[in-house]
Amino acid sequence: MLSDVDLAAVWLTLKLATVVTIILLIVGTPIAWWLARTRSKWKGVIGAVVALPLVLPPTVLGFYLLITMGPHGPVGQLTQFLGWGVLPFTFAGLVIASVFYSMPFVVQPLQQAFEAIGVRPLEVAATLRANPWDAFFTVVLPLAKPGFITAAILGFAHTVGEFGVVLMIGGNIPEKTRVVSVQIYDHVEALEYAEAHVLAGGMLLFSFLVLLTLYSRKGATSWK
Amino acid sequence: MKSRFVCLLAGLTLAVSSLATQAAEVQVAVAANFTAPMQKIAAEFEKDTGHKALISFGATGKLYAQIKNGAPFQVFLAADDKTPARLEAEGDTVPDSRFTYAIGKLVLWSVKPGYVDDQGKVLKKGQFKHLAIASPKTAPYGAAAVETLTKLGLLDSIQPRFVTGENISQTYQFIVTENAELGFVALSQVMVDGQLTGGSSWIVPADLHQLIRQDAVILAKGQDQPAAQALINYLKSEKAKAIIESYGYGF
Repeated sequence: MLSDVDLAAVWLTLKLATVVTIILLIVGTPIAWWLARTRSKWKGVIGAVVALPLVLPPTVLGFYLLITMGPHGPVGQLTQFLGWGVLPFTFAGLVIASVFYSMPFVVQPLQQAFEAIGVRPLEVAATLRANPWDAFFTVVLPLAKPGFITAAILGFAHTVGEFGVVLMIGGNIPEKTRVVSVQIYDHVEALEYAEAHVLAGGMLLFSFLVLLTLYSRKGATSWK
Repeated sequence: MKSRFVCLLAGLTLAVSSLATQAAEVQVAVAANFTAPMQKIAAEFEKDTGHKALISFGATGKLYAQIKNGAPFQVFLAADDKTPARLEAEGDTVPDSRFTYAIGKLVLWSVKPGYVDDQGKVLKKGQFKHLAIASPKTAPYGAAAVETLTKLGLLDSIQPRFVTGENISQTYQFIVTENAELGFVALSQVMVDGQLTGGSSWIVPADLHQLIRQDAVILAKGQDQPAAQALINYLKSEKAKAIIESYGYGF
């Protein structure tokens, strides 16, 4: 039912979403922790920056990424200096773009989970002579588990659903940057509606199942 | 008294109807490669006729799909002759309205001066990471680029380095930001007033690909719309032809 090209797009999309989700859980956790705990005047600024992709059109993000990661942009100059070449049209470029794009979907549920835990369990842990790292891994992580699951699901699903940014910086290269959403767009443009239906229907089903899992999880912390 | 009233009414009707024809709008779907000349032509068209052209740009294949699915376009300027012919065969156009408004030229272009030689030998040397083309499935300039590379026997070696723009405008954008070192675009995109705007280029000889005959057609929704007919007539005028030619198109 799926052609090789379509299968490659599906595989690439899953790979991208997996890599991005892992990176976001690693990068997003300290950011969310800081946002949940800090009394700094910068809290509002950082929180707003993280949330920007929620409201910005993907074209804005895609445009700036194309410029900054290009050969004359600051990021492009750095990556060239490091001998990595330029990032647009590469899988690494898509990963970086998606990390920005899906950041709020991971950071916000984590932040809410951390805020819900409050300071009390950590204070108790401290009186039992647990150092802060110890307390984080043995107390906070288990308590925030539902938040981590929500964050991972949303980050993964949102990356799978990404389109505009990829279209602008991807260059539509098979097995490197041609993800499912772009492949669907290509099929529709080329009037290959049957192929488009298979992929689009699959995406619809996938997204529904993801949200169904999310909303019917026992003891799920609601997001938003 | 009564006749005066009739006179007034007739005058009013006349005034209103002439106003209606003067201020008419025409919705036009235009292939992306024709963006710059069309903007200029639309401005002149409005000045000369009073009609306003509302233009949507995109890949020819996408515009076709939109037209088939009820888009309100009255006139279609495609990047090929196949798509308008197909619409004609499918009964979506005003019969006998189809004509060739321009013949496009394909150009291999780079922002860097001296990078592309006037023989296109840079393709054989192959010292580049990315070559931008428009989607060959939906954009005629993309198809012509693939045809050219096939004829040169270079398709297999260069294809892995393709970056594909959704339409010819995005392809141009990939090159102009230097994310791709070079690429195939329409001559019209890098030419103003008969001069190359910058960088270096190789105008692909016409025998390396099929003629890019760009046809225009009045769509079914443009039937009996004076502004649609006026635009088609205007495209055939010497004034419009001069503008089209200044962007490097032939006839």
